Amino acid sequence: MTAPLQRPNKKNPVCKTRQPTLPPWTRSRVALGMTAAAAEGRFELQRCARCQAVQYPPREACHRCLCIDLPWVEIDGGGKLISQTRLLHSHDLYFRERVPWRLGMVQLDAGPTVVVHLHGDVAAPPARVRVACKLDKAGMAVLVGFPAEEVPNMADDRQLRELTCNPQFRRVFVTDGKTATGQAVVRALAAAGADLIWVGHAEPWKLVPGLAALQALEQVTLVPLDVTDQRSIKEVASQVGAKVDILINTAEYHRAFSISARQGTDIARMEMDVNYLGLLRLAQEFGPVMKARGADGQSSAVAWVNLLSIFALANFPSHGTYSASKAAALSLAQCLRAEMRVAGVRVINVFPGPIDDEWNQLLPPPKLAPTAVANAIIDALRDGIEDVYPGDVAQEWRMRLKDSAKAFERELSVGSGT
Amino acid sequence: MSVLAEFAAAVAARRIRVVDLTHTLDPQFPAIVLQAELGQAAPFRIEEISRYDERGSAWYWNNFTCSEHTGTHFDAPIHWISGRYLPNNATDSIPVEDLMGPACVIDCSAEAALDADFLLTKERLLAWEAEHGQIPARAWVLMRTDWSKKIVDAVAYQNFDEAGQHTPGPSVDAMQFLVFERQVLGFGTETIGTDAGQAFHLRPPHPAHDLLHGAGRYGLQCLNNLDQLPATGAYLVCPPLKIKQGSGSPLRVLAFVESAV
Repeated sequence: MTAPLQRPNKKNPVCKTRQPTLPPWTRSRVALGMTAAAAEGRFELQRCARCQAVQYPPREACHRCLCIDLPWVEIDGGGKLISQTRLLHSHDLYFRERVPWRLGMVQLDAGPTVVVHLHGDVAAPPARVRVACKLDKAGMAVLVGFPAEEVPNMADDRQLRELTCNPQFRRVFVTDGKTATGQAVVRALAAAGADLIWVGHAEPWKLVPGLAALQALEQVTLVPLDVTDQRSIKEVASQVGAKVDILINTAEYHRAFSISARQGTDIARMEMDVNYLGLLRLAQEFGPVMKARGADGQSSAVAWVNLLSIFALANFPSHGTYSASKAAALSLAQCLRAEMRVAGVRVINVFPGPIDDEWNQLLPPPKLAPTAVANAIIDALRDGIEDVYPGDVAQEWRMRLKDSAKAFERELSVGSGT
Repeated sequence: MSVLAEFAAAVAARRIRVVDLTHTLDPQFPAIVLQAELGQAAPFRIEEISRYDERGSAWYWNNFTCSEHTGTHFDAPIHWISGRYLPNNATDSIPVEDLMGPACVIDCSAEAALDADFLLTKERLLAWEAEHGQIPARAWVLMRTDWSKKIVDAVAYQNFDEAGQHTPGPSVDAMQFLVFERQVLGFGTETIGTDAGQAFHLRPPHPAHDLLHGAGRYGLQCLNNLDQLPATGAYLVCPPLKIKQGSGSPLRVLAFVESAV
């Protein structure tokens, strides 16, 4: 049975901090289809359009009938563990540092036999297992065999924790605690067992409800931080950057303007300054030190979360300049993801639909409660998901974009987007 | 000896003190706050271009950005709607002779310490005149409140509650008196704004802005070190940046004060 996670000991200051290493990351183009699904928390394999055979590993043609029409479908992970191995030695640097490592072979109910990382609580074969697809430290899809039924402390399995970013006993930096969403995130982190939560707040003279209540939380330390001010970020990063395991960028500037609804570029500039350049400044100051701590024991630096918007994926004209700034932030987040990947630090992008706040006052429901966004972030950290689309609007946009980005652009332009 | 040579000798000999009435331009300096949906003045921001590094090996320099009304700053008549049609009403066209002058310092520090919403009235100005003599035409009148000393705590300096900002400033009758009966060149304060924090609720709203700029006069805000000036006798130099059609500008404000002999 998995032992419950304990608060880690203090770091021994005389020992060298281990450099991050990555598990093997080479994948074929077609195999990355599994990664694309795992990034959103799904387990998908190819199923032949002609003969319906499900296959693993992914290939260019059906292993049974050579058909090349192989759509990806979600797989129910049920299966039977038919063999297991305990890896005690490896020439691979990543696994060498982590042995013993439990592996298994599972006969999926869907057909194929797959190799999985095996959760410690799965009984010896033959045993029922549930297979899920997760992203590993290298950002690549791997399969994990879980016990068929929920067991105590299931998330605390040592091997599984290599694939997730559970905030429990971790130290988290939330960049803006003055927004409703920022505050909901802080409260959710406290409830999820985060050890320390630094909460940035800009323009201290602007009183906002809720900040004092956050400060009353034992885990919370308020720090002055304005993402438009490089010096302020540098100062805070110098003080606490080397302790941050998870950074959640909740800072955003949002006004509801199209191009023609407002003269000038001052609002658009502020949106870019906070939403895009703010991320860049944070990445420059916090990124290097987090990358250096990708393998720093139980509570290594593991994740960087960006609060983007579903409007990052397609311009919502009545919030046009805001959409553009979020699209810029998304592009930069991809760059950050590429740079953080080498250290095994996951960059999680969150694409909520309209949040129920002042600047979305005139948008019709459904609107996301800030707590729903916060819970989606915690779930993504726990489950190891990389791209999160919380809420009905985000889900619908995602589907319509996938179906036809051009058609959706036209729908948005004539005002039927929501 | 020429007047200027005499002046130079007096400065060199410290018979004339030069007092810096300016706050440092700092990203953390509190910016004016308007209703969230309105356009906002950009705070002071600074980013390195290079610092003796690969971006420029032998030199250090920065780009900075801010609004015309950031830090210790100057208000031109064109800043307010009442002054919009006046001639020579912008930073590039104001006669340079207007950018200096004798300073009268009204010490309201005791009142402001007791009441953050303290209003300087005509009656209070007349009492000052009874003590120090009539405010001369083309003088700069500076309202000393020692509010500048609060700058170590930006929250106290801004002093907001749910009803908005609470900072001292002039009353309507004080501004009418200074502008029309004393023909002052300008009015300066230690707070963010020549007007009181609650001046939106006066009639007319924002009397300092409305009356000063409507009559082609100037404002100075976020002044520092007014406690180092005598009630009369100081000479102020306050030229804003020469911004084309500028409504104001951050600036360095200096005062010359003759030491007691």
